[in-house]
Amino acid sequence: MSNELDYLSRRVASGKLSRRDFLGRAAALGVSATFANSLLSSAARAAGPVKGGTLKAGLVGGESTNSLDPALMMTQVPFAFGKCWGEMIVELSPDGKLENRIAEEIGASDDAKTWTLKIRDGVEFHNGKTVTAEDVAATLERHSDEKSKSGALGYMKGIETIKASGKEVVLTLKEPNADLPYLLSDYHLIVQPNGGKDKPDAGIGAGPYKVKVNEPGVRHVGERFANYWQGDKMGHADQIEVVVINDATARTAALQGGQVNMINRVEPKIVDLIKRVPGVTIRNHSGPGHYVFIMHCNTAPFDNNDLRMALKLAINREEMLNKVLRGYGSLGNDFPINASYPLFTEIEQRKYDPDKAKFHYKKSGHDGSILLRTSDVAFPGAVDAAQLYQQSAAKAGIKLEIKREPGDGYWNEVWNKQPFCASYWGGRSTQDQMYSTAYLSSADWNDTRFKRPDFDKMVLAARAELDEAKRKQMYHDMAVMVRDEGGLILPMFNQFIDATGPKVAGWVEDPHQELCNGYALAKCWLEA
Amino acid sequence: MSAPIVKLVAQRIALGILLLLAVSVLIFAGTQILPGDVAQAILGQSATPESLANLREQLGLNQPAYIRYFHWLGGVLTGDLGTAMSSGQDIATSIKERLWNTLFLAFWAAIVAIPLAVTLGLIAVRYRNGWVDKLISGVALASTSFPEFFIGYLLVFYFAVQHQWFPAISTVYEGMSFGERLQAIALPAAALTLVVLAHMMRMTRAAILNVMQSAYVETAELKGLSAFAVIRKHAFPNAIAPIINVVMLNLAYLVVGVVVVEVIFVYPGMGQYLVDHVTKRDVPVVQAVGLIFAAVYISLNIIADIAAIVANPRLRHPK
Repeated sequence: MSNELDYLSRRVASGKLSRRDFLGRAAALGVSATFANSLLSSAARAAGPVKGGTLKAGLVGGESTNSLDPALMMTQVPFAFGKCWGEMIVELSPDGKLENRIAEEIGASDDAKTWTLKIRDGVEFHNGKTVTAEDVAATLERHSDEKSKSGALGYMKGIETIKASGKEVVLTLKEPNADLPYLLSDYHLIVQPNGGKDKPDAGIGAGPYKVKVNEPGVRHVGERFANYWQGDKMGHADQIEVVVINDATARTAALQGGQVNMINRVEPKIVDLIKRVPGVTIRNHSGPGHYVFIMHCNTAPFDNNDLRMALKLAINREEMLNKVLRGYGSLGNDFPINASYPLFTEIEQRKYDPDKAKFHYKKSGHDGSILLRTSDVAFPGAVDAAQLYQQSAAKAGIKLEIKREPGDGYWNEVWNKQPFCASYWGGRSTQDQMYSTAYLSSADWNDTRFKRPDFDKMVLAARAELDEAKRKQMYHDMAVMVRDEGGLILPMFNQFIDATGPKVAGWVEDPHQELCNGYALAKCWLEA
Repeated sequence: MSAPIVKLVAQRIALGILLLLAVSVLIFAGTQILPGDVAQAILGQSATPESLANLREQLGLNQPAYIRYFHWLGGVLTGDLGTAMSSGQDIATSIKERLWNTLFLAFWAAIVAIPLAVTLGLIAVRYRNGWVDKLISGVALASTSFPEFFIGYLLVFYFAVQHQWFPAISTVYEGMSFGERLQAIALPAAALTLVVLAHMMRMTRAAILNVMQSAYVETAELKGLSAFAVIRKHAFPNAIAPIINVVMLNLAYLVVGVVVVEVIFVYPGMGQYLVDHVTKRDVPVVQAVGLIFAAVYISLNIIADIAAIVANPRLRHPK
């Protein structure tokens, strides 16, 4: 960075130079507007957050059927609003490490079966009560109960006992699990007074904002909580507001018209247009989410590994990434893990190879066309992606027949039922979670019917291993197995594409979820 | 009012109620044949055969359909619409606010659209076949022919993005002042006005032109009345019945047919509420909303019929 630019950006941050003047001078110095803008935001961060004002987000993913009960959160709006009013036990930090929140310290026994959470002093709920070990224990108990219908139930079931004593909560697990702290960072596990057992949807947490208005499917408003325990780091705006805008065009218009300061899910096809709007910044970041075509490994003709390999080699990943995602993503390699996971290792990239595909296809002995089901709801652009696949496969002599299914009922009738279809995964926070959810023989959502006792053993062994180097090797071996023998065709990982309007500062790139892992409203501020 | 008229009106109302009952049967039957059942929709991907059976039992889905129908009808008649399955909230309370929002938007769209359409119709008749008539018809027909989402997006682009005179999204909520509300709904109301304008305008024009051929209009003209006075005093009152009919039809549309406009402008009305619950297979809500829409439609049509009867001496004094 040139000294002059550096100087200028600090002048802007301290309010001595207008933003427009800065951009003009930066242009004179031959710097692109994008780069100049990024300089500005880092300078603003260095100058420290500005308190006050109202920060508004226009988000897709809210319905009139939403509830404030954290156990029932499913879509983006309750997720993002939950991060504003709720406080977590532990959270994933933007650099992929663990950040202790209500738990001050997390310790494990040598066999990774007994875990002790030490509860932080001085964290307060919105109702004035102090957060105690009992509250944390009750929260975990409620989410382990079948009746709560919690989205976290799947892995909470692995906890055998939960005990609170003094300032500590002690958890004993049924099976050893080295990843427990990561599981506790699940967004459903918002700590509530008495675990929310009295009134699960009361909306009382220990987060930076108090729930002021809750109109599901319309809008949610939060008011700064004066006694938030980390007021210097989060909760800069006096008031935050989430407006539910499910229509993509309306969302963009609201950002352009200045009714909201940030939006989520900008469609890849319009990103280049939005970029040109003055004051708007696109915030894209790769995450663990991926778009897939899934084959049932136990159903003919997909029970033949040569046929599966032929189909994996017959997809043109680069073309799909460029045409469907317009480059806003990264290449997939037929296993569900990428660099956004801890303990990831690179494996040689699989490429489009019609000749090799032809070879494997011949070897499989299959003849005739293969039916691929797709739908608009499978992932954005899934119908186009299937057509691209059809063309690239045709060059390898494989005939794909595309069937477009109605979006309504796709997840009930097609996904996890039909042997070959398009789908998506949002990803999980650890490799173990991802493999346990969809690749264990016993998993309900094993949507590739990948049933391999040897693989199951590897998952359990890696879960109990506390030595990082060994675990890394184990995950590498598992990835190779899924990649070369599984039923997953993973052409691309998608990115989260958010956008912010003028004056929004403090944005933190976070690989875990969109909107700075949901914290955008709590972490950002409006420049004066 | 004379006795035959009261009888006619009573007949219409009775017919309307009968029709509403028939519609309730249709709605109930329709929601029964939707693919997938509520229990499956609630449990979603995590459904296991056991949990499905339990939930069906709990929701009473194992009873025969006709018993469930009468159970539901009894509830509706006593004002109990039940609770939403997806969120557990009382349907009547949630609908009340949404319905109020929908009516608010429909009311203001109608306040603008109806006088505008009728006036434009009158002007078109006055200058019939001239360029004014053609311009009015052309513009009105064009605005109706465009899909409403297109008109919506055009308005948003011009008035919200380019000039920022009005907000792009029309979220309304409690605690908003009346003026703020009006400003928020300006664009959706304008879009709706443009959508319904042509139908009413053309009908006004056609109905009045029809009457203009009659002998008494000629007489009025020969008396030396001005063209507008002839239309206003002699032609319009005799053409009112078909105009009221088409106005009511459009009013009904403003209440029950605005889902697309609601989505584009993010307006929290009944349409969005219905769509959210249809995708969740929340049958009680779908039934309740369907019934309310049917009631609105039927009552507006009854009003149109009655107004037509009252306005027409031949129907008022049947031989």
